[in-house]
Amino acid sequence: MEALFSILIGVFFAAAVYLMLSKFLVRILLGVAIFGNAVNLLLFTAGRLVPEVPPIIAAGLDRQLAVTANPLPQALILTAIVISFSFFAFLLVLSYRAFQDLKTDNVNEMRVAEPAAEAAPPTGY
Amino acid sequence: MNTVIFRTLAPFLTALMLLFSLFVLLRGHNEPGGGFIGGLIAASALAIYGIARGIRPVRHALWFHPMTIAATGLFLACLAGLVSMVAAVPFMTGLWIYPSLFGVEIPLSTVMLFDFGVYLVVVGAITSIALALEREDF
Amino acid sequence: MQPGTMVMTFAAFCLPFLGAAAAPALTRLLGHRAAWPLALFPAAIFLHFAGFLPEVGRGEVVTGGFAWVPSYNVSFSWLIDGLSLAFLLLISGIGTLIVLYSGGYLKDHPHQGRFFAFILMFMGAMLGLVASDSFLMLFVFWELTSITSFLLIGFDHAREAARRAALQALIVTGGGGLLLLAGLLVLWNVTGVTQLSLLLAFGAEVRASPFYLAILLLMLGGAFTKSAQFPFHFWLPNAMEAPTPVSAYLHSATMVKAGVYLLMRLNPVLGGTTPWETILPAFGGLTLLVGAVLAIRQTDLKLMLAYTTVASLGLLVMLTGLGSEHAVAAAALYLVAHSLFKGALFMVAGIVDHETGTRHITGLGGLGRAMPITFAAAVLAALSMGGLPPFFGFLAKEEVYAALEGDSLRSVAFTLAAVAGNALMFAVAFAVALKPFLGARVETPKAPHEGPLLLWLGPLVLAACGLAAGLFSAAVHPLLSSPLASAMAGAPTTVDIGPVPHASLALLLSAVTIALGVAVFVALDRARAAADRLVADIGWGPDRGFDQVISGLVRLGHRLARWLQPGLMEVYLTVTFVVVALALLVPLAWYDEWPRPPLWPADAQFHELAVMALALIGVGGVLTASNRLNSILALGIQGFSVALLFLLFGAPDLAFTQFMVETLSVVILTLVMTRLRLQPRDARPLAQKLPDAAIAIACGLGFSLYLLRVTQSRFDPVLTDFFNLYSKAIAHGANVVNVIIVDFRGTDTLGEIAVVMITGLAILSLIRIRKSTTAPAGSAAEGKPAMRPAVNVGKEKQR
Repeated sequence: MEALFSILIGVFFAAAVYLMLSKFLVRILLGVAIFGNAVNLLLFTAGRLVPEVPPIIAAGLDRQLAVTANPLPQALILTAIVISFSFFAFLLVLSYRAFQDLKTDNVNEMRVAEPAAEAAPPTGY
Repeated sequence: MNTVIFRTLAPFLTALMLLFSLFVLLRGHNEPGGGFIGGLIAASALAIYGIARGIRPVRHALWFHPMTIAATGLFLACLAGLVSMVAAVPFMTGLWIYPSLFGVEIPLSTVMLFDFGVYLVVVGAITSIALALEREDF
Repeated sequence: MQPGTMVMTFAAFCLPFLGAAAAPALTRLLGHRAAWPLALFPAAIFLHFAGFLPEVGRGEVVTGGFAWVPSYNVSFSWLIDGLSLAFLLLISGIGTLIVLYSGGYLKDHPHQGRFFAFILMFMGAMLGLVASDSFLMLFVFWELTSITSFLLIGFDHAREAARRAALQALIVTGGGGLLLLAGLLVLWNVTGVTQLSLLLAFGAEVRASPFYLAILLLMLGGAFTKSAQFPFHFWLPNAMEAPTPVSAYLHSATMVKAGVYLLMRLNPVLGGTTPWETILPAFGGLTLLVGAVLAIRQTDLKLMLAYTTVASLGLLVMLTGLGSEHAVAAAALYLVAHSLFKGALFMVAGIVDHETGTRHITGLGGLGRAMPITFAAAVLAALSMGGLPPFFGFLAKEEVYAALEGDSLRSVAFTLAAVAGNALMFAVAFAVALKPFLGARVETPKAPHEGPLLLWLGPLVLAACGLAAGLFSAAVHPLLSSPLASAMAGAPTTVDIGPVPHASLALLLSAVTIALGVAVFVALDRARAAADRLVADIGWGPDRGFDQVISGLVRLGHRLARWLQPGLMEVYLTVTFVVVALALLVPLAWYDEWPRPPLWPADAQFHELAVMALALIGVGGVLTASNRLNSILALGIQGFSVALLFLLFGAPDLAFTQFMVETLSVVILTLVMTRLRLQPRDARPLAQKLPDAAIAIACGLGFSLYLLRVTQSRFDPVLTDFFNLYSKAIAHGANVVNVIIVDFRGTDTLGEIAVVMITGLAILSLIRIRKSTTAPAGSAAEGKPAMRPAVNVGKEKQR
């Protein structure tokens, strides 16, 4: 099953990278969203897949005896999902702001921080 | 979004989801659930309410600014970590007490307080994002 | 050491910094008279350390301190032997006089409080430097002296020359400090000790180590830059841009001697080898000659003195390198004598400048009548600098010549250098001390008159000390000179030279020096012209080289930044992903770790495959979407499929979270996307599509193959087993995932919720910025961007 997942994740990554290489903000955003999912799936798969048995210790037992899904990647991914969501929201608002203020959604035309023709700094002291 | 059915049902839906979110939060330690999921459910509940009735009623119903709720959560989470200092064990060590209430033993722990803090942060932060974006004029 | 003494000593090291903190407020309160209370700080330090004189005089070493970072074996500890004590007394003693002098010199200056603060901070750094036992402290204080020196040289920061000089000094001495750090690290590696007091036992080991030459060169790099040895001498004369108290204190009496201090301190460990005895005297001798010749060339009193300081430092380095018993004694005597007379002469030059408005020797004359006390101080100091009996300078010079005695070619060469250098310095000393004061009166910008007590007290006391130390040398030697020489030599050494001349070769050389000096003094104008011609013929010097290096660096930095930061997001992302693809694929190919071709999984269920297919459809939909709604919908399908996959593979927590997040994502995407424009087609030309697609596919392939390879290797379940074993037993939770989040990795989670909170705050402020800028002006309604950032920021940058 991991093999199939690997291929799926590869497709996710390829799509995300292709979208992020676009010049237009919206596509970059979509790419970022897919990228986040791809990374989460990557972590999930790297911890190996076990179908349908959640990592919960049965009542009355003191330790896990059954073979269950790997809890560690799950813990990592859980927080990652929430954080990537909040960052995605931030990116979304930031893009919208940039679009509003700069009147463009083409990232190549956004040259406020790094103007195209910046004069050389003075060489005096 | 402004159908009568949705607008009428939204408060009940929200109340139910909020209740469910608390349930998910509290059972989190032993069953699927926890602060993150609970917080997200509660935040969605409030977002739905906001879509149905507008953001003003939500802010009114919340009483506090959502960011205040989030800050309280972060404060509680830190506090949960600092309690261990009193017991002279390293930061964030989980401490448990089992007081009994009406003959029922109730496990309380700093871990639970921490999870509650996580819940509040997620509710507060996500709700405030959602409400901010639901504004007409931003 | 008694605990009480230890606390007192620690307090003494803190005192200058406390004084620095108090200085601005005191100056605001008392004006220039704040110098009096502020001088109490260094005076108290002087008295405290003077209390160690008998103990150290008996050959004892005072150590103390406390562990700072015990786990790294770093301590805050000090080592006070003859060498350190001599420096401590010079620094605090001259410091007291300098603080008083600054009170008079910078009277009514608007930033006098700041000046006091800087100079006291410097004093603290310098005291720490010479008393440090641990390597780390040595380095920290070393760099701190560079930084405070930077602040002091650039004190008059409105002038470009001062800024340049400050930066130059910082770069040269601070860079040297890095070499010192490297040297200390190698030394630590070789010996395993981090304390100077322990290092002494490892001398033979260090000298035999294959890293000896590296250590030596690194240490010399630090010492030579700090002590302005040729070819790093150029920063010192430029540092004369600083107010005169700084020149007198930092750039003659104390800081520039830090390099010499380091060499003297390391002499028992690194000294005595052929490289040591070749490099040090050679560079020292060269510096002596270069400094003396350049000094003759100057007409500015301060610059004349500055170049003789360079020459004197060269002499000290030369003596340290020779390392014989006489040489060590000579270095010890000359070190103290030089601090006394040079500090005094600098202050005299400052008074002349202050009271007449000029310090050009050609524009001065006949001041002796108007400024008798200053004149007296100048003459006393010059007599010591010229090496006339019974001054302390005479003792030093006799000892120097005694050290150089010998019939080898080497001795003769160094003797000639010393005689020439000393003769030129003699001429400069008397030029500075006599020319402005004798002869006919020359009109000066200001009507000359004697300076106030605050000004003349310092030079007079220092010059008188030079005389007293010479006269009572029998009492001074056992307390100061002998312990200093002993610490330097690493073995008990006695200095016993007296102020009464007695017939010897050294005395003859002294006489020759004085005769030559008088000759140069008489023909000073011609000598100056000759030196000027010589320098003009050479044309290029390290000073101009420094400018060329700096402007080259600025240009290089600009070009590099333009090249690395073209400001195009496309370029950044393309480079990033190309590197990602390479980082994934190259190691696989390099180590031939390609995964085995995967087999079709026999246990794949139909519904699992269906969900995966759904995810692929979603991704494909996002790629091809031509309007907003479709893209949001496709993104949602993709996200919910991922949630289903989590659910199918035993992660209900993840699935629920993902469901909620996807729901919320769809909500906020709809809210924002309706306001954003989505190009109907991905407007990439084919020429860009192909490379982009190639990079994307390379990345995807890289991740796929990498993950395949990882999953085909053995799984190490040690962490998983740990959590499965203990989450119920010690953390009382059955849901292992939740236990990891809130208990085992609770601190991580704390950080993560803080991040969530911060993004929330950031979003809120992004929304509010817009509201506050648009609301009053209403410029959004006019279709103009509210902040007009492109225009504004561009202008700011150019300014």
